[in-house]
Amino acid sequence: MSTDVHQDVFIQEATELLQELEQSLLELEDNSEDMELVARVFRAMHTIKGSGAMFGFENIAALVHSIETSYDLVRNGKLGITKPMLDYSLKACDIIKEMLTDPSMKADSPLALKISAFFTETGGQAPVKKQREPVNKEELLTSQNLTTFRITFKPSADILLFGSNPELLVKEVASLGEASVSALTTDMPLLDSMEPEKCYTYWEIILTTNKTENDIRDVFIFVQDESEINISVIDDFTGGSDSLKKIGEILLEKGDISHEELTSLMDSRKLIGEVMVEKGIVSQDALDAALKEQQHVRNVREQKAAAENISSVRVPSEKLDFLVDLVGELVTVQARLSQIAVKENNQEMLKVAEEVERLVWELRDNTMSIRMLEIGSTFSKFKRLVRDLSAELGKEIELVTHGGETEIDKTVIEKLGDPLVHLIRNSIDHGIETPQERVAAGKDHKGHITLSATHSGGSVLIEIADDGNGINRDAVLKKAKAKGLVPENSELSDKEVFDLIFAPGFSTAEKVSSVSGRGVGMDVVRRNIESLRGTIDISSVQGKGTTITLKLPLTLAIIDGLLVVIGGQFFIIPLSIVNECIEFNEAAHKSSSGRRIIMVRNELIPYVHLRSFFDIREEAPEIQQIVIIEIEKRRIGFVVDNVVGDHQTVIKSLGKAFRDIECISGATVLGDGSVALIVDVQKIYTGIE
Amino acid sequence: MEQNTALKGSTVCQVLTFRLAEEVYGVDIMSVREVLDFSSVTKVPHTPDFMVGVINLRGNVVPVVDLKKKFRMGATERSVNTCIIIVEVQIDGESTILGALADSVQEVVEFEDNVIEDAPKIGTQLNTAFIAGMAKRESGFVIILNVNAVFSMGELSVISQTQQLPAEENHE
Repeated sequence: MSTDVHQDVFIQEATELLQELEQSLLELEDNSEDMELVARVFRAMHTIKGSGAMFGFENIAALVHSIETSYDLVRNGKLGITKPMLDYSLKACDIIKEMLTDPSMKADSPLALKISAFFTETGGQAPVKKQREPVNKEELLTSQNLTTFRITFKPSADILLFGSNPELLVKEVASLGEASVSALTTDMPLLDSMEPEKCYTYWEIILTTNKTENDIRDVFIFVQDESEINISVIDDFTGGSDSLKKIGEILLEKGDISHEELTSLMDSRKLIGEVMVEKGIVSQDALDAALKEQQHVRNVREQKAAAENISSVRVPSEKLDFLVDLVGELVTVQARLSQIAVKENNQEMLKVAEEVERLVWELRDNTMSIRMLEIGSTFSKFKRLVRDLSAELGKEIELVTHGGETEIDKTVIEKLGDPLVHLIRNSIDHGIETPQERVAAGKDHKGHITLSATHSGGSVLIEIADDGNGINRDAVLKKAKAKGLVPENSELSDKEVFDLIFAPGFSTAEKVSSVSGRGVGMDVVRRNIESLRGTIDISSVQGKGTTITLKLPLTLAIIDGLLVVIGGQFFIIPLSIVNECIEFNEAAHKSSSGRRIIMVRNELIPYVHLRSFFDIREEAPEIQQIVIIEIEKRRIGFVVDNVVGDHQTVIKSLGKAFRDIECISGATVLGDGSVALIVDVQKIYTGIE
Repeated sequence: MEQNTALKGSTVCQVLTFRLAEEVYGVDIMSVREVLDFSSVTKVPHTPDFMVGVINLRGNVVPVVDLKKKFRMGATERSVNTCIIIVEVQIDGESTILGALADSVQEVVEFEDNVIEDAPKIGTQLNTAFIAGMAKRESGFVIILNVNAVFSMGELSVISQTQQLPAEENHE
């Protein structure tokens, strides 16, 4: 029984919790009165502490404990949120993250001690009542809200495999008050069919306590998903009711174990005695029926609760990737089926093919949507970045995010993190000025960075806008000339100047800071974005600010493509950028003095012969087609032999052997099993430009 | 070179033999996935001429290399016997599937360790780094290839770049 697996699960969960915690803390900073947020912080901490201790991360539990106590006070209105408190909490998050990667780390680093000390102090200002301390018996008896619960704790057979010790849980419950615990072994199988790693025992605990049902449930919080936990009030000491009879009946029916204890616990009550009498009268069958009835009600309730619980499912991403692969295959096969159906011209089959097509498309969209994640979680990570960095640099910056609910493919989101961090760092370091400079420039002393995401057709636009100083066009140009990136005395458009920023090794920062200025970065950012089949665009107004727009495809796995033929070979052009297709007569355009430009509705459009670009030597047909695409608001034509039509393109990588090929971005399998290459229009365009 | 030591270590080595022109070559059976009949291949533009193109292997796109061109033995003539040997190679530490064209695939032969010799320094047209060993048998030699070396990234891409540049210049 290795606990490593469970530790991994814990680490994964804790990482997510920390993220949530961090977000809540940051929100709390803006809105310190929000009790809902405090509760969220407390819950996250409580879970980290509890499961941390359970899986051997005592160091984490120790650290979190002191913090949690303080937040408990806040939650109870005994303490107000202070800025140092949030600062320390955030630092604690960092330490916990480190502890997760290195369990041997002790909670005694200077910072951790400082944090503990701080919170112990704040916590100590008000009397602290520790949770779940063993209840004194006298205190219990004199206590007002005394209730007796029957707790049935039926752990799943696999509980031991999850690394939990049910015995500890039972003991913990028992420490809440006056308890009698009975272990039930009725489920125990015969020795030969018994698996020693499984837990067949379940427990029934009769607990008289002044705690509430929720307090009891808290004990089971980490096993409640796998285990059956029933808590019911047997006696609230406020007088009898008829329902008690039934519970008493059942207790006694099961009572072959805890009979005496139950009686002694309950003997102050006459009703119990009556039940006992009844037990003698009522036949076994009738009791069983009653039991079944209750069981039935319970089952129904449980099913209902279970149905409510499963609102989301955690699935390993490999499984999803596999599903997407399968859907991709299915799309290919479906294309083949449609092709055959059209060829055979069989009405029946066409009908089926159409139906299949519709279903496959729906399946495709659905599968893709499963992989879609809201970008908001990525955005919220940057709040922390902005907070810390701006403090470090002595700037006042607020990060505003819009469109966090925009969904985008998981793989895209994962690969987007680094470039975004870079761009935001740039904005903070180069873009936004210090408060003094800002006031001098007549701006609000607080700088703003706006991070927004919107859908635009088949792509997502992500905008990073700051209201800082903007890009100094002349400085960029001067630097570029000094570096020999552009020839002296050349005139460049704004766009061309801004593009220089993406040149490798380019930086206008006068001195290298810890944040940026080394000039590695923007070229990497561009490369990263382009590897996602996206584009990056800068616009900037001196003194007003800079806006960087990233355009990214919604998904990486399947795109809509335009299937074209050149020299008998199939190629795919991404449909999202195709404007129109027009007929093209080579002979008719020979006259235009060798320039490759055609006139389309009074617009001059340059074009490229893909045939010669791809070195395909076969003769071109007399009448060709020209596919006009739009990139960066400019139109350009690609001459192909023939346009077949749109095609669901499942993108396959060409693999490492072809990683240097610039003009092809991938391949796809056509309905007939042959391979079509996906034209990287973007690269060809920039190559020609 | 790993292959080399692997061959020496085991007492018996199984080799799939195939023909390129008149010569018999072999690859360690452990790196062979399967053998396919030659089917339609899609040529990828801007690639060296020994890269025949890509094929669809049950939904995966697999590059195919013409070994004869690669070894400068002339182009492979397509015939009924032409086969594609699908091999699994390590490129930059990642295992990758590649296809190799062969004039015909022959058989799987077992060689004792002691009949496999190191590649002769001279006397072959081949870069000796490509050869894992030479195996003697009655009908002659079998040249056992080191697939990882033949299909290494450097071998596949260095040439593709030199080939690509003039092609682009032509069309700009």
